[in-house]
Amino acid sequence: MSLLLIILLPFLGSVLPALMIRSSRNACAVAAGSVNTLALALLLTQIPAVLRGETPRADWNWIPRLGLDVGLYVDGWGLLFAGLILGIGLLVVIYARFYLSAADAMGNFYTYLLLFQGAMVGIVLSNNVLLMLIFWELTSLSSFLLIGFWGHTPAGRQGARMALAVTGLGGLALIGGMLMIGRIAGSFDWTDILASGDLIRESPHYSWALGLVLIGCFSKSAQFPLHFWLPHAMAAPTPVSAYLHSATMVKAGIFLLARSWPVLSGTPQWFYVVTSVGLATMVLGACIALFQDDLKGLLAYSTISHLGLMTMLLGLSTASAVVACVLHLINHAAFKAALFMNTGIVDHETGTRDVRRLGGLIGLMPVTATLGIVAAASMAGLPPLGGFLSKELMLEETAHTRFLASSWLLPALATFAAIASFGYSLRYVTRIFFGPPRDDYPRPPHDPPGGLGLAPFVLVAVAVLLGLFPESFAGTPVRVASAAVIGGPVPEFHLALWHGWTPPVWMSIIAVLGGTFAVAWHGGLAEVWGRIPKPQAKPLFDASILRLTSGSRRLAEGLHNGSLQRYLFVMIATGWLAGLVAFIRHDFAIGTRPVLPVNPVILVGWVLLIAACVLVVVIRHERLLALIVVNVIGLIASLLFIYLSAPDLALTQISVEVVTLILMLLALYFLPKQSLEELSTFARTRNAILAGLVGLGAGGLTWATMTRDFESLSEFYWREALPRSGGANVVNVILVDFRGFDTFGEIMVLGIAALIIFALLDGMLRGPVQGKLASWSSGERYSPSRHPLVMVVVTRLMLPLSLMVSAFIFMRGHNLPGGGFIAALVVSIALIMQYMASGFGWAAKQVRVDYHALIGGGALIAGATGIAAMVLDLPFLTSGFRHFHLPVIGDFELSSAMAFDLGVFLTVVGGVMLALAQLSYLGESTNREAVNEEPMDYRPGASTQPSRSTRREV
Amino acid sequence: MIQYALTFGFVAVSAALMMNLYRLVKGPTVMDRVLAVDTMVVNTIALIILYGIRESTTLYFESALLMAMFSFISTVAYCRFALRGDVIE
Repeated sequence: MSLLLIILLPFLGSVLPALMIRSSRNACAVAAGSVNTLALALLLTQIPAVLRGETPRADWNWIPRLGLDVGLYVDGWGLLFAGLILGIGLLVVIYARFYLSAADAMGNFYTYLLLFQGAMVGIVLSNNVLLMLIFWELTSLSSFLLIGFWGHTPAGRQGARMALAVTGLGGLALIGGMLMIGRIAGSFDWTDILASGDLIRESPHYSWALGLVLIGCFSKSAQFPLHFWLPHAMAAPTPVSAYLHSATMVKAGIFLLARSWPVLSGTPQWFYVVTSVGLATMVLGACIALFQDDLKGLLAYSTISHLGLMTMLLGLSTASAVVACVLHLINHAAFKAALFMNTGIVDHETGTRDVRRLGGLIGLMPVTATLGIVAAASMAGLPPLGGFLSKELMLEETAHTRFLASSWLLPALATFAAIASFGYSLRYVTRIFFGPPRDDYPRPPHDPPGGLGLAPFVLVAVAVLLGLFPESFAGTPVRVASAAVIGGPVPEFHLALWHGWTPPVWMSIIAVLGGTFAVAWHGGLAEVWGRIPKPQAKPLFDASILRLTSGSRRLAEGLHNGSLQRYLFVMIATGWLAGLVAFIRHDFAIGTRPVLPVNPVILVGWVLLIAACVLVVVIRHERLLALIVVNVIGLIASLLFIYLSAPDLALTQISVEVVTLILMLLALYFLPKQSLEELSTFARTRNAILAGLVGLGAGGLTWATMTRDFESLSEFYWREALPRSGGANVVNVILVDFRGFDTFGEIMVLGIAALIIFALLDGMLRGPVQGKLASWSSGERYSPSRHPLVMVVVTRLMLPLSLMVSAFIFMRGHNLPGGGFIAALVVSIALIMQYMASGFGWAAKQVRVDYHALIGGGALIAGATGIAAMVLDLPFLTSGFRHFHLPVIGDFELSSAMAFDLGVFLTVVGGVMLALAQLSYLGESTNREAVNEEPMDYRPGASTQPSRSTRREV
Repeated sequence: MIQYALTFGFVAVSAALMMNLYRLVKGPTVMDRVLAVDTMVVNTIALIILYGIRESTTLYFESALLMAMFSFISTVAYCRFALRGDVIE
């Protein structure tokens, strides 16, 4: 449990800084710091168990079917890393409090930082590989947020995007690789994977899996050639650089390489690829760092170089190399973070990061200078500091390794890198602190306040102690961590400053001399370096991104050009092809059921249907005529439903027909009454052929289905409807009871659609469209009567009758054809009739209920019916029914599904009326005549004056 | 006996439907077609009731009822559209 808390605390605590920033910056920092400290304290409680050799575990199920569980475990390596993350994190929190200016959003900063912390700790403590991948991506995302923290600068934005693109692509490759490894090992838990090393190494997919995993690790740890994003990530604030891009996030790749070391290493592929990449990165990074003028750039390339060093050590596939790598990890974290913070202090106090403008600060900022010099000495690998020890171990390893059939290639290159390394460290120190003081610093330099200097001080102290007392401070952590990585016995080693005149000592002396010469002749060397053609990463990256996006845009817009005809054609053609393929691949047999004789009346109906369809196609340009003929098609459909014994469907079809027609006529008012010919003859012929083929296919399918006996789910519903739900109308019972959840979703969709229609049309009444509407004219009016008397009387009489019919249909829906939906449509039509007869203005005033409230109320009632079942400890939407005996009416069955039906009823009324009312309101805004107050044009018995109407302001 | 009456009824209504179809296809003006559709609806009501009588069931009665109640709305809507353009004003 505490393992989960260690990971969860930073995530949960990440909301605190965003809130506390309102009180003060101190409160914000204290909040972030305490979350961090708490997590660190929890981690420290795990130390005794790990030192005893146990690995505390915690497991919870999440998605067992995918193999994704929340599995956590702590071994030496994870504990070391987590300690680094949380420990350095705390120092960075303190440092950032004093580094960030008042203009920076400190609350956001700490939130992102804590999110990153949680994600990074999640990577190192995960037992489940899939869980680790999730956290891996989270670190990329939080790093993106942190790099782009100063989003107002283009460098920040571009650096963040580049980092996200590269690490994201690497993460994708990593997912592929880890999935393959998990498949081979048969489990996605690290403990199982680490036990199946031989299985994985001998698998035929080993090289692929290795390649993908390496791409992921190299992208995260900025190895050549995926290293180019790290210098651009230096656009982030210095605390971020100190934390993410030197001490923790870039080491995630190293972490994973080490974690999978027992499983993946030992093969020639691993040895050659990892060692070469690490070596190349180490040498290249060091060389580039030597010629950098920007301090953070120098440190960035130096980080790349040291990461290459660690990668190379892991690539050597010997246990003692692993020990060297672990020790260097600790040392590098200490001195690199200290150096970044030191650079931040220099930048903060003098206002510049460019070495060409710095120099002679040792007298002006003595404390900073001391810390900087000590940290740089550790980076250069000078005794008696920690960096010296790990560099010695590294050189020792390379001296004993044969690489590419030569025993001196590796040590020579390593020494070369050490020369450059000493060179840039010396350059760092001399160009900033030594030399005569200048008189053109952007700001007067002085030592920083205590808070800013505290964190680097602690880190430098650690670097010193690691150097002076290595066995006491680093011995146990290195042993325990190495044991965890190697997965076996740790080779004997003794950390001490002096081992005698061994080859590494000579190599270090060469490095010191060479580095000093490099700095001395830096001017000449820089000229040579400048003339070497070097591929620039950023322009290449930008160009490839540009090409990718323009290519995708062309593809997307080529396929999706907005033509509805094209979409329809593609969809229908694909469906037809799928059916054709299925038809061809399987045998076809004639159905066994006997064919019935054709009913002559139905034949007449069929003729009507075909004629109407052909007529629609022929006269489609005259839109009103097409709508009239479409009405016929709906009519025949209702007739067919009745013939095929589906009275509920017939009722629905009849009512929906009317509503849809009114909707389309309301819309047609604003649209052109004739459509233009848009397609070429070729396109039309092609569409006609497709329509013919699809018609044949659909007809054949229907024929085949109807001439066969087959088992279907309807048997179940026929049997179970009456006993289980008390209703004899199976269709209605399916809608409101068996598939009630489905209907619930559908009325939600209807309500949402109506609300969207309302919102869209309401928006049309403002803005540029309103101007168009106001100046739009409808064309000629052939009749002066707006609200004819006859229509008003008839519709007014129909209203109570319709409501009664609606209530009747609603109540009997459970046992006879009917139901809530049909009743709602009947009520809607009755109300629409009033709108048509007496006008929108008058009718809207009469309707006191808000249609929005109807929609919401209906959904609520339907939901409450379902929840009432849950209150009684039954599943959602379980219904119950009882039979009552009423004196006059007789036996009466009442089901709770009726309440659900009521909800459906209200939602449908509200939705339909809202859409139609808003559409007709749109028409009213173009009306030149005034809104009527009277319901009809001429009231018999009133005075002979024409109906009063008010002038309406436009 | 009633079977003969039903058969005669079906024949007559079907013939009426075919005549309506002729007018729907032929009708030179919009109103001809609107009237044709309206008459088709009336014939369909008759057809449904006759069918219900033949099957000896009252299940299909409400369909005919709804059609009878609301079919005039479609006709009125078409006419208002042709006369004034705006269906609801």
